[in-house]
Amino acid sequence: MSGGGTPRVVVVGAGPAGIRAAQTLVAAGLTPIVIDEAERAGGQIYRRPPPGFMRSPETLYDSEASKAVALHAAFDGMLAAGRLVHHARSSVLAGSGPLLTLLAVQLLKAGGEVAAVLDTSPMRRQLAGLGGLAARPVFALRGLAMRARLAGLYHAGVRLDRIEADERGPVAIRWRDAAGQERHTDCDAVGLGWHLRSETRLADLAGCDFAYDESWRQWLPKADEMGRASAGVYLAGDGLRILGADAAEIAGRLAAAACLQDLGLPAPDIAADRRRLRRFARFAGGVAEAFPWPAAATLPDETVICRCEGVTAAELRETVDFGGGEVNRAKSLGRVGMGRCQGRYCELAAAEIVAARAGLGSAREAGRLRAQAPVRPAPIGALLEDADG
Amino acid sequence: MCFVLDGAERQALAGDTVLSAILSVAPALRHSEFGVETRAGFCLMGACQDCWVWQEEGPRIRACSTPLTEGMRLLTDAPGDWP
Repeated sequence: MSGGGTPRVVVVGAGPAGIRAAQTLVAAGLTPIVIDEAERAGGQIYRRPPPGFMRSPETLYDSEASKAVALHAAFDGMLAAGRLVHHARSSVLAGSGPLLTLLAVQLLKAGGEVAAVLDTSPMRRQLAGLGGLAARPVFALRGLAMRARLAGLYHAGVRLDRIEADERGPVAIRWRDAAGQERHTDCDAVGLGWHLRSETRLADLAGCDFAYDESWRQWLPKADEMGRASAGVYLAGDGLRILGADAAEIAGRLAAAACLQDLGLPAPDIAADRRRLRRFARFAGGVAEAFPWPAAATLPDETVICRCEGVTAAELRETVDFGGGEVNRAKSLGRVGMGRCQGRYCELAAAEIVAARAGLGSAREAGRLRAQAPVRPAPIGALLEDADG
Repeated sequence: MCFVLDGAERQALAGDTVLSAILSVAPALRHSEFGVETRAGFCLMGACQDCWVWQEEGPRIRACSTPLTEGMRLLTDAPGDWP
């Protein structure tokens, strides 16, 4: 939205007149708000078909095709550059990590509207990660090219304050930019994401050892470079750590080779794969450095930490005051981590809150949430069928 | 394909999951048992268990990873006799 002192101009209608009016206002440095009742800008005569519709502009608009295409492009260009506010269905993507940028570009490509991409990682941290990211230069450059396509939509170093909603869902997000200025972005949807997590429940139940990883601020299973975790257990891919799909192919081959070696069977030569995996690990280290998630310890009391059962930060802090700074005890007392997701979505934030409340130096000292069977729910009926069989 | 949601007949496409079919015709997937809010599913990959919906005949299903089948009878809220 417009900053203090800048006139706010509303344009009603996103047809030929509205689009050219908006363009003229944008050229004068304003950020007009364009309101239109259609799903996509274009108007009646240059109405755009829904996404996925296959007829070409020449078929749809005949002799006027070039005019229609020029108008649509003018509108889309202003929107992508964040030069106007359009009250169609638009999303804000917030959080941190390269996936925010990727998703924003994919949404735009699919015909969606992105109102803003809000990254909590400050630009200086992103620059600090460049060394590691350079381990995969082509991949890193592709990411930078995508970032460039987002232009004015992307903001680094933001602080997210709150999502405003009415009975139908989100209507705006309030945030602060890197300079600390309060901002407000209208939207119909908010997507939040801070990286992916390893699925380590089965490794835990199989008795693997875990170690706290300071760069990812979480407990991960211990394994050698081949993926050997404990007797007879080999880990690879997202079951060990998040290195991406390319690295997962390599890790899968390595884990199988280790298994073959241990069985005394002929195993393929893995020297090249080991080198490649080290390179992917350096890249992942760069991602962790460049896009840390923000400290959870200072989340306000009313924040819901456990979304399965709606347990707030205040309730979690009360359990710590009562029972001490250990995550399994906090779970027993306050149910954070005991809901249906089994802590997959609350565990990391909860551990940081528990540690901070108990005055511990790091989430490591608050302990590790023990995994419990079943790893995935199974209907009783399935077990009965097994028993019958 | 046809299915029934909270007693009303609805249309969906072959290949829809229960989740995509419901969200295409309703503002929300289900009501939370632990608060007043509605839910839309969350992780969409079978990890969070926040998309369980009820069937009229009893068994619950995970909407994000269950393909819709013809004539399914689904509920966005717990049946009346749910404990």
